[in-house]
Amino acid sequence: MSDLQITGGRLIDPANGVDEVTDLFLSGGAVAGVGKKPKNFSAAQCIDAAGMLVLPGVIDLCARLQPGEAHASGAGATIAGETRAAAAGGITRLLCPPDTAPVADTPAVARMIQDRAAAGGGARVHPLGALTVGLRGERLADMALLMDAGCAGVGNAQTAVGNTLVMRRAMQYAATYNLPVFVRACDPWLQGNGVAHEGEISTRFGLPAIPEAAETAGVARDLALIETSGARAHFDLISTARAVEMIAEARERGLAVSAGVAVHQLHFNEGDIGAFDPRYKVFPPLRTENDRRALLRGLEENAIGAICSDHQPHDADAKLAPFVEAAPGISGLDTLLSMTLELAERGELRLATAVAALTSGPAAVIGMDAGHLARGAPADVCVFDPAREWTLDENAMQSSGKNSPWLGRKLRGRAAATIIGGEIAHLDGAPVTER
Amino acid sequence: MNRDIQFDDAGKLRHFLTVDGMSRETLTGILDTAESFVTVGEREIKKVPLLRGKTVVNLFFEPSTRTRTTFEIAGKRLSADVINLNAARMSVTKGESILDTVRTLEAMHTDLFVVRDSASGAAHLIAKHLPPHVRVINAGDGRHAHPTQAMLDMFTIRRVKGKIEGLKVAIIGDLLHSRVARSQIHALKTLGAAEIRAVGPRTLIPTEIETLGVAATSDMEKGLRGVDVVMMLRLQRERMDGQLVPSEREYFNRYGLTEEKLRHAAPDATVMHPGPINRGLEISSGVADGPRSVILEQVTNGIAVRMSIMATIMGGSEERI
Amino acid sequence: MHDAGRPADLIKNMAAQVAAQKLSKPVLIGIHSGGVWVAEQLRAGISPAPEFGTLDISFYRDDFSRVGLNPQVKASDLPPVDRRDIILVDDVLHTGRTIRAALNEIFSYGRPERICLAVLIERPGRELPIQPDVAGKSLALSANEEVKLSNDGGELSLDVVKI
Repeated sequence: MSDLQITGGRLIDPANGVDEVTDLFLSGGAVAGVGKKPKNFSAAQCIDAAGMLVLPGVIDLCARLQPGEAHASGAGATIAGETRAAAAGGITRLLCPPDTAPVADTPAVARMIQDRAAAGGGARVHPLGALTVGLRGERLADMALLMDAGCAGVGNAQTAVGNTLVMRRAMQYAATYNLPVFVRACDPWLQGNGVAHEGEISTRFGLPAIPEAAETAGVARDLALIETSGARAHFDLISTARAVEMIAEARERGLAVSAGVAVHQLHFNEGDIGAFDPRYKVFPPLRTENDRRALLRGLEENAIGAICSDHQPHDADAKLAPFVEAAPGISGLDTLLSMTLELAERGELRLATAVAALTSGPAAVIGMDAGHLARGAPADVCVFDPAREWTLDENAMQSSGKNSPWLGRKLRGRAAATIIGGEIAHLDGAPVTER
Repeated sequence: MNRDIQFDDAGKLRHFLTVDGMSRETLTGILDTAESFVTVGEREIKKVPLLRGKTVVNLFFEPSTRTRTTFEIAGKRLSADVINLNAARMSVTKGESILDTVRTLEAMHTDLFVVRDSASGAAHLIAKHLPPHVRVINAGDGRHAHPTQAMLDMFTIRRVKGKIEGLKVAIIGDLLHSRVARSQIHALKTLGAAEIRAVGPRTLIPTEIETLGVAATSDMEKGLRGVDVVMMLRLQRERMDGQLVPSEREYFNRYGLTEEKLRHAAPDATVMHPGPINRGLEISSGVADGPRSVILEQVTNGIAVRMSIMATIMGGSEERI
Repeated sequence: MHDAGRPADLIKNMAAQVAAQKLSKPVLIGIHSGGVWVAEQLRAGISPAPEFGTLDISFYRDDFSRVGLNPQVKASDLPPVDRRDIILVDDVLHTGRTIRAALNEIFSYGRPERICLAVLIERPGRELPIQPDVAGKSLALSANEEVKLSNDGGELSLDVVKI
């Protein structure tokens, strides 16, 4: 593995308190040094990052790599293709929830996902193992074997475990192996067949509603289980102000809980659905403006540690249905980094907070030495050109899923180079000189 | 913000999907024109040639004899060729079939679709995916809207009361699941009703209904006090599973409209119901068949109002191809 | 410029022509709006005063697909027409399309014995084979001229304008 030098960029490494224009030296798949050139370092390649941001590679804790099962036509997204799309978006590592087809409830499926991902040559992929067999919420999956097969944690994807006793035992069992449990806090009966936040929009447009209580009842129940089971738990997609408060309070009491949020929850509220625009159909649903602001505050106050894409690449047909029946989800690999940093650009989030929520924050959730750029850390780096203006059209989008509410929009800032394990996995605009 | 697809670039009405967002002039124009269409039904030959040579498809993905029939008569009185399709469709995962069906029929040169579907937003979806010269009327989509029903209700109120402006109106029953109520609320607001009250148990009143300009109450007597118009809603029997209301007996006891409860309304209050009626559940037979009831007039007026809506959106369609 | 004349004089002239038509108990029908004004005044000159009706031909126009519905459409109000003699009155006979629409509409109400067409002004420009039985005056207007009837509180007046 040859040495790579990134010079003259503004290096932002929140985990190590770095924000300065400096050089970064990568060698042997790891960070060899910052600022001062290490001994015996001989760069084969040099990236001139003047005017650019040099960030730890983005870690996305929730990205699906296949189209939704119901709409899979075989022509859409593939695991290999989506990992390349992730790299093009500055993502160097991602977690894939277990609602794959077939469900990741056996070591064989977990390995297959990693094999296919490795063939893609893009972002590193860690599967999440299923918490229960078939995600049915009845019997525990083989969590230890799933861990052995490379799973970074376990979870039940979008399907909450309805039976509280099963959930308690699943948490206790995961705690046995110190496996992080990804929790989708949601009371399945309160969610019912809802498709939009219970509020002004659901009332006006007659959409079956999901009350705030669906999430808060789920958080309350699962916090009670976490407290008594000793599990390390991550509420991977929260959407309400009340949930932020509850989780902040639990963290203050010293509970091993963390929380994440999808980037679209930080940009949109229920009003964006308008007259049945299916691009804005997501689970959990877009909530109120008050909730959106509380989520941003939760990031600043460290109640929420991670921003993810909740990437769901769909075929075009999946959204060609009445809102109630349209497939939920947004294709987000292409926009996770740009749209998160746009929040900083707009002053809605501090830049250090935004970068941390994409890097060191998610690394901490899965207990991995990654998401920072101290000496010895993995050489996963994103060089981001903040001045680059581009339009997110179907051609520019690297994911096979074009279901983005930002489609057609002009964006500012894009990954100019993505380095994974010391190798340039994606290059788009950063000048490289070979020595 | 989404542009309102009901209007073309010149601001002319081309689809009738929801009353929400329509101007008072537009609604009043439709009601005025409907008055002229009433007389057509009283002639020897109950037909005018406005839609001669046009094809109207009644596309009903959800069964409804009454609404479909009045649309059929309305279309035929305008001399259109009317085709009724009671289509079943695959739901949830095969949602695309709704558009497949519509595109197939569009290829047969349909000029106007009258659409009924169980999913909120279905009519919007169809309107969005058709070529601009093809028109869509929403004949009821999920819980969202039933704008032609609301317009015939407004027409009926106007004929009985002379005007809508300044009236106090109570809407009673299952507002949560009611597309009729949502459209009535928007129409009443736009046409200047003084007060709209939503009356029912909390399980049947949607949260934040006040944002639509409605005052909610669970007290039937308070809700009825002094109102000029009582609009009853249908309570689907399938809601009677014990989770939204405990029993028919208890529902009728509290919210069923009887002569006794009606005494709280204004002495000349008008009673309406979109039908079909569940007697002894929503309303007593004495009230439904009594002198204050205009339930049958509503049905008759439905034809003229639907003719007016069809003619309004179909007129001038040629120029815009 | 053409002199259209005073409507009151023309209507007197029309009444005399109507009498010569030898109609039996006719029904007088005016077409909205100008035809109704003319018919109202014509009625005073016919004895005994005939039964009266008004016709709004908006639902029968042949340009509906192009221009849409007249937003000021009024309900037609006709007495029984079956087996009756009818005097159909309009202000200006030009292309003949309005009369075509009116004839169609009248037949939706029944089968008249005879229809006699009476107009205040007859002018060139016919697009259909329709001619008046009674005309207050013929004006040889060119294609870029138009004659307009206006009503100021029952006082009718005619103006020829260039378009």
